[in-house]
Amino acid sequence: MELADIIIKFVLIVIIFAISLVVAMYSTYAERKVAAFFQDRIGPNRAGPWGILQPLADGGKMFLKEEIIPTNASAFLFIAGPSLAILTACIGSAVIPWGQHLTIGSHVIDLQVTDINVGVLYIFGVVSLGVYGVMIGGWASNNKYSLLGAIRAASQNISYEISMGLSIIALLMLTGTLSLREIAEQQHGFWSHGWFTWNVFRQPLGFLIFIVCAFAETNRTPFDLPECETELVGGYHTEYSSMKLGFYLFAEYINMFISSAVMATLYFGGYNFPFMHHLGLTENWVTILGVIALFAKIIFFIFFFMWVRWTIPRFRYDQLMDLGWKILIPLAIANIVLTGVIGTIFK
Amino acid sequence: MESLSNKKKLIESKPLNFWERAYLPAILSGLSITMKHFFRKPVTISYPEEKREFSENFRGMHSLKRDENGKERCTACGLCALSCPAEAITMIAAERQKGEEHLYREEKYAAVYEINMLRCIFCGLCEEACPKEAIYLDGDIVPADYLRKDFIYGKDKLVEAPLNQ
Ligand code: SF4
Ligand code: SF4
Repeated sequence: MELADIIIKFVLIVIIFAISLVVAMYSTYAERKVAAFFQDRIGPNRAGPWGILQPLADGGKMFLKEEIIPTNASAFLFIAGPSLAILTACIGSAVIPWGQHLTIGSHVIDLQVTDINVGVLYIFGVVSLGVYGVMIGGWASNNKYSLLGAIRAASQNISYEISMGLSIIALLMLTGTLSLREIAEQQHGFWSHGWFTWNVFRQPLGFLIFIVCAFAETNRTPFDLPECETELVGGYHTEYSSMKLGFYLFAEYINMFISSAVMATLYFGGYNFPFMHHLGLTENWVTILGVIALFAKIIFFIFFFMWVRWTIPRFRYDQLMDLGWKILIPLAIANIVLTGVIGTIFK
Repeated sequence: MESLSNKKKLIESKPLNFWERAYLPAILSGLSITMKHFFRKPVTISYPEEKREFSENFRGMHSLKRDENGKERCTACGLCALSCPAEAITMIAAERQKGEEHLYREEKYAAVYEINMLRCIFCGLCEEACPKEAIYLDGDIVPADYLRKDFIYGKDKLVEAPLNQ
């Protein structure tokens, strides 16, 4: 690799990192605004015009809060928990293709940090690591509510990872590749050979299962049992304060961003948009519009996460497990069989 | 048992049918309901820029009245303090001196008159008790403050502004 390439990659990483943080930051603001609108309120509007400086004010508040480490907590793990949570949340973005490629002079820049051929598996690996942050934090707090929250998080994530994996298998049977870049390329444009190219139109059931599991994996309502206030005080982060609490909450929003990006890439065509090659634009412009299209999709999914949160009440824990094991897993397996049968017939 | 009031309603609890058990239709209808609210006009009133209209008998901050000649009406009889269920009122009485007739209507007046707004429950009993029609709760909402001592309102805040000055 040349030096120029290394520098380009480095810049790309920094940009993506910054974007994830900014998106997560403004998701906290958007969450409050969206919640307010759903409840016929106005929402935060005092910090800056329309309250757009609210995330900065929240961040500043988090930093200035008193830092508490409980006496009986194991200090090392107590700090390791949130650090791990935010770390795993951030590294997921490495394999997501944010756009095609830009040509600047003689350089062709791929808008993806790395195109590993097992991209989907990598995402899964990172997602399952995410539960360690919660687990370690909950255990290290030495508090029964935290521990219960952590156990819930762990068992919930493990159960839903299975159906998520199974729903992905059906998708992989169609795409025949694990590389996210290739999956995105296969969904080129919007319409070809008499059918939509986006995977959601070929795998509607798979997408449904995937999105339900995504809600469970990111611990969002209706599956936010690990931090269920009514039963567990604050769940796994009961004992946390100051920026460590901030990291946990922040990690949740980054996870939401990444899983929205994954859903957009796997099922909604990633950076592809309708008529992308009939507009008579140069390659670079198509790429830039593609990035905007991808972000529009991501923002829609983030909005959807919030929309669901302010609509549906929380599941009971046994309902959650029932849904995961007795409904989603059989459905996902049926989906695989169905995909196989239909694939064989139409080949 | 026979219902006497005729208000009894029989509630059927049928087992859920397939579509109800499938969650999704119910979730979709829920999502559409919340979406309707999303575009509705917010009901928020941005206090203090906007104010809601008070009802006619709203009881707000107290004011100590003056009579038509601009003299303070209160005679420091203490009936308001006595009637106050929250013990929010205290006062120190003083005798009117020669030359102060234009200031105080009666021979005795309140040199110090304090209401603790943190204790007051805005019941309006002081207003009802006053024989001199000297105190009315016709003001605005008592504003927020940082220190407890700043909620003890003295005559400087309570007495009406003097006439045409
Ligand atoms: S309004 Fe009621 S509580 Fe307040 S000062 Fe008057 S009598 Fe006391
Ligand atoms: S306000 Fe009325 S009741 Fe209270 S001391 Fe003055 S005259 Fe008496």
